[in-house]
Amino acid sequence: MKSDDKAVRYDPFEIEQREWKQRQTKERLKQMLTIASPIFLLLLWEFLSRTGMIDIRFFPPPSAIVSTFFGMISSGEMAGHIGVSLYRIFAGFLLGVIPGIVIGLLMGLYSPIRHFVSPIVMALMPIPTLALLPIIIILFGIGDLSKVITIAGSVFFPVVINTAAGVINIDSIYLDVAKNYGAGKMDFFMKIALPGAMPVMLEGIQMGQAIALLTIVAAEMMGATSGIGYLIWVSYKAFLLQEMYVGLILISFFGYLFSLLLRGIQKKMLPWR
Amino acid sequence: MGRKAKIIIRNLTKAFYKKQGSVTALDDINLTIDDGEFVCIVGPSGCGKSTLLRILAGLENPSIGEFTIATDGEDRPLQSMVFQERGVIPWLTVEKNVEFGLKMRHLPKELIKERTAYYLKKTGLEKFSSLYPKELSGGMKQRVSIARAFANDPEILLMDEPFAALDEQNKFILQEELLSIWSETGKTILFITHSIDEALLLSDRILLMSSQPGRIIREIIVDMPRPRKIEDIRENPVMAGQFVEIWKHLQEEVQQSRREDG
Repeated sequence: MKSDDKAVRYDPFEIEQREWKQRQTKERLKQMLTIASPIFLLLLWEFLSRTGMIDIRFFPPPSAIVSTFFGMISSGEMAGHIGVSLYRIFAGFLLGVIPGIVIGLLMGLYSPIRHFVSPIVMALMPIPTLALLPIIIILFGIGDLSKVITIAGSVFFPVVINTAAGVINIDSIYLDVAKNYGAGKMDFFMKIALPGAMPVMLEGIQMGQAIALLTIVAAEMMGATSGIGYLIWVSYKAFLLQEMYVGLILISFFGYLFSLLLRGIQKKMLPWR
Repeated sequence: MGRKAKIIIRNLTKAFYKKQGSVTALDDINLTIDDGEFVCIVGPSGCGKSTLLRILAGLENPSIGEFTIATDGEDRPLQSMVFQERGVIPWLTVEKNVEFGLKMRHLPKELIKERTAYYLKKTGLEKFSSLYPKELSGGMKQRVSIARAFANDPEILLMDEPFAALDEQNKFILQEELLSIWSETGKTILFITHSIDEALLLSDRILLMSSQPGRIIREIIVDMPRPRKIEDIRENPVMAGQFVEIWKHLQEEVQQSRREDG
């Protein structure tokens, strides 16, 4: 961009190549920053904790948390908690997502259904499912089912709303194309409505996934005898903060993992984007 | 010209009702288009030419009046529309887009394959058949739209400013390709445009429309021999005269309806 007189004599490709290289370096730098930031945070934490600048009782150094984690794994108590939480998350997630998709599609496709169902959805959505946990426990017991239901209830809303919005917001020209070329009901659904709604729908599922993790921890803290949330809660009550942190980091890890997984699925399912 | 009528439109009126000020988009349209004819409708924006096309395409109902599209009794759809560039479905590959109409009619697999392949080849899309539209240029996307309509083998083709979004060079290339497919298939085409050059190059007959109420106010026969080239149209004095005539008409119409949107 600069009007550098000397540059005119250079080979234009060389100049462009240099600029390209600069851009590449910048890109790599950004990637490095992304990787570096969590590492930096952990190192800072480790340093502050070891030097006693923050209270080691409340903020044990990450290295200590890691060794506690391995200790818990080898003692065998860990696998049980992780397993039961993952089971509840998956079951609750599916139990929320599947009806969410079905009802969302019906709402998107048939406006009478939309007009009938959407006030109900709007009215129920602001109620935190967790606030209903006492009732859910009374109805479904203290076991896995009550946790699964709680998660399903939280996951359902973003999925149903996004699915309906996804169908409604399909560009009307595709509806015209389908009509003009004589698409029947089934073909319209399979070739236009479902794929057209897919991007927004998957965003809703991604949101549901995040909410599922938030919910499981809270639900297990309030009424469970196993799971990662329970682990966090009992560790906290016994003031075993290293164990508590292990639980927190596990949740963070699974949240990240699920996000990546869903992004991967999204890419696979939307090759046209 | 002694050919039989393919599209007959009788006393067709379309009004749009709104609480504040209803609009007569089309006012008593009477029109006959012959089999194999290429007719362009030219008019200012908002003159109802798109509405007329949408009615023929079955996307809208007329308020009063009727139209018929003649069939020879074969199993053919009455019409297929070439939509604007946006009408190519982004989640279907080029091939799936082209076979869309045939698939919707649940024709035998071999037939679908054969016809799709034929029009993919015809429009130069063979190499791109497994790509998604996002990977195509505007001209290529429009080829998909054209191939989709022709592959469907309808009685008539309706085209809604298909080349409006293209740059000049691409436009000429596609116009020529369209003419070549048209002369090969002998289909009746009703084509909407606001480009006078395009209308003169393509049509046997140009219909000029006025706006609000939308009426067909003039008919211009373009009898220049085919195949035509854009340079011929520019050089030919008769065509130049026709260009100016249409131009003046459009100017008047635009000035008259200035209070309306552009």
